[in-house]
Amino acid sequence: MNTLKKFLGLVWMVLGPLTMTFLFIQAIDKVGLTHSDIERTNTILQWAIILFIFLPISLGLMIFGFYAWKGEYDRLPESSEEL
Amino acid sequence: MSDTLPKNNIFKVIGASSLGTLIEWYDFYIFGSLAVIIGHQLFPEDAGASALINTLAIFAAGFIVRPFGALVFGRLGDLIGRKYTFLLTLVLMGGSTFFIGLIPSYKSIGYAAPILVLILRLVQGLALGGEYGGAATYVAEHAPKDKRGFFTSWIQTTATLGLFLSLGIIVITKNILGAETFGDWGWRIPFLLSIVLVVVSIYIRMKMHESPMFSKLKAEGNISKNPLKESFNNKANFKMVLLALFGATMGQGVIWYTGQFYAQSFLENTCKLDFNDSRYILLWGIAFATPFFVVFGAWSDKVGRKWIMLSGMLLGILFYRPIYQMFLDDTDYTKIEQTDILSASPAPVTSVLIANSTDSLRTVSTKIMLKNGASFNKVQTDTVSATKGILLGKEVIKDKVLPTPIFWKFVGLIFFQILLVTMVYGPIAAFLVELFPTKIRYTSMSLPYHIGNGVFGGLVPFIATLIASFSGSTPLSGLWYPIGIAALSLVIGTIYLSNKRDENIND
Repeated sequence: MNTLKKFLGLVWMVLGPLTMTFLFIQAIDKVGLTHSDIERTNTILQWAIILFIFLPISLGLMIFGFYAWKGEYDRLPESSEEL
Repeated sequence: MSDTLPKNNIFKVIGASSLGTLIEWYDFYIFGSLAVIIGHQLFPEDAGASALINTLAIFAAGFIVRPFGALVFGRLGDLIGRKYTFLLTLVLMGGSTFFIGLIPSYKSIGYAAPILVLILRLVQGLALGGEYGGAATYVAEHAPKDKRGFFTSWIQTTATLGLFLSLGIIVITKNILGAETFGDWGWRIPFLLSIVLVVVSIYIRMKMHESPMFSKLKAEGNISKNPLKESFNNKANFKMVLLALFGATMGQGVIWYTGQFYAQSFLENTCKLDFNDSRYILLWGIAFATPFFVVFGAWSDKVGRKWIMLSGMLLGILFYRPIYQMFLDDTDYTKIEQTDILSASPAPVTSVLIANSTDSLRTVSTKIMLKNGASFNKVQTDTVSATKGILLGKEVIKDKVLPTPIFWKFVGLIFFQILLVTMVYGPIAAFLVELFPTKIRYTSMSLPYHIGNGVFGGLVPFIATLIASFSGSTPLSGLWYPIGIAALSLVIGTIYLSNKRDENIND
């Protein structure tokens, strides 16, 4: 199980940047599809908010993957006293 | 200490905490449920700069601000105590909700109206971000170790009951006043009513004592000096915050919002159900399923939290698409035979001039009643042009009222989805409380909870709609977002989470 945890850590590390790339491409695509200035401003605003929110979350997923790869989750603390 | 708390006292603790949290959820949801009416009243009809404010107020505040509220009030809760912090969040939430109900319309005060709404909506989001972690922590720190899941599950019922209360009050107010009066000023009543509920809850909460575990830490001088730093700068704790987010709250958030929000939005906007029918279906589903929060919370005390939560995610992954396919199939009235029709009553034809044009829009509406008890409106809007003649528009079927057997089938399908909500959500407060130490518990558990629910869950309607707009997509394509996130959380939770409970949270 610990080997699986470690190798999946690599997957999570890759998934973070992949998600952000996908979101950036979608943002550019959707802003490009807008027709009026107001619609464009709103779409830019919505996507800016989404990217602003998901950037740290993707970073968090990468860190989670890194910890998993380093074996930090091989043994979980059994009590919060260990934290 | 908590093990010896008398039984009637623990129920007072639960009652006082739950009532306040329920009111906060109620306040938060009435804004969402009345967003369209608020938009008409408080925002100008021609968009311009106000479109930005509108977008921010309705779209952004709920998502961005909740995790920040978790940080601000979580820190405060770990510094000055649970009692005063969630008393403060209650005052902020109730006050801002009441003032939204008092704000004059755009016609009276211009752009000040949407700006004030935006500010108050931000305060609402902050307050909600601070409330939940406090209430869950407060109850858990009073509960005996073998009943922590059972007692905190009462707090878990409040989000769903808050939604139930908001839908119920809106439907009752609208039915008493009529649609026109409700749209004019009646929508303010649910907001103004909040102040009465909040005053009662503040009175009750004022009489509560501080959490025994926090009082002990305070007496010993062991309160955290910088909860944010200790929560997120300490690797051992931070890795548990990440695990809680990706292995539990992320999946829980999408299951919650799919079952209770996306379902209603799908019934109303995609299936074109009647306003009342879609809400009654949800109300019945919630009423039948809510007791299961307590059932699964109590069961988690016996078998552990992990597998109950992950089973809820797995069932969502497996059954969402068949359920929503049934919604579509049972509301497809395009293949109705002439022999199925009981009556067809055409409404008077209306005609509206198109601005800056000599053309006009002609709307022909017919109310169709079927023999099985169903009904719907068939609406066709044509363009009448002085030069090109009549350009026929597309026929739309809307305001569908379901026949009784299908109505109850839909109640059953919504009940099942909310049952999944109770599985993932019932045990999660106890799960989060047991993951973190007392001195940074409020801060540490609030952030993953509000990112999971506010961001991953709150974005379900937006992202699902976005996916459904991709070329080649179907009305069910949007479900890939909650299914994908729940699947990711299920894999992470299954592999990385432990089912062992930390019985001693007094540390």
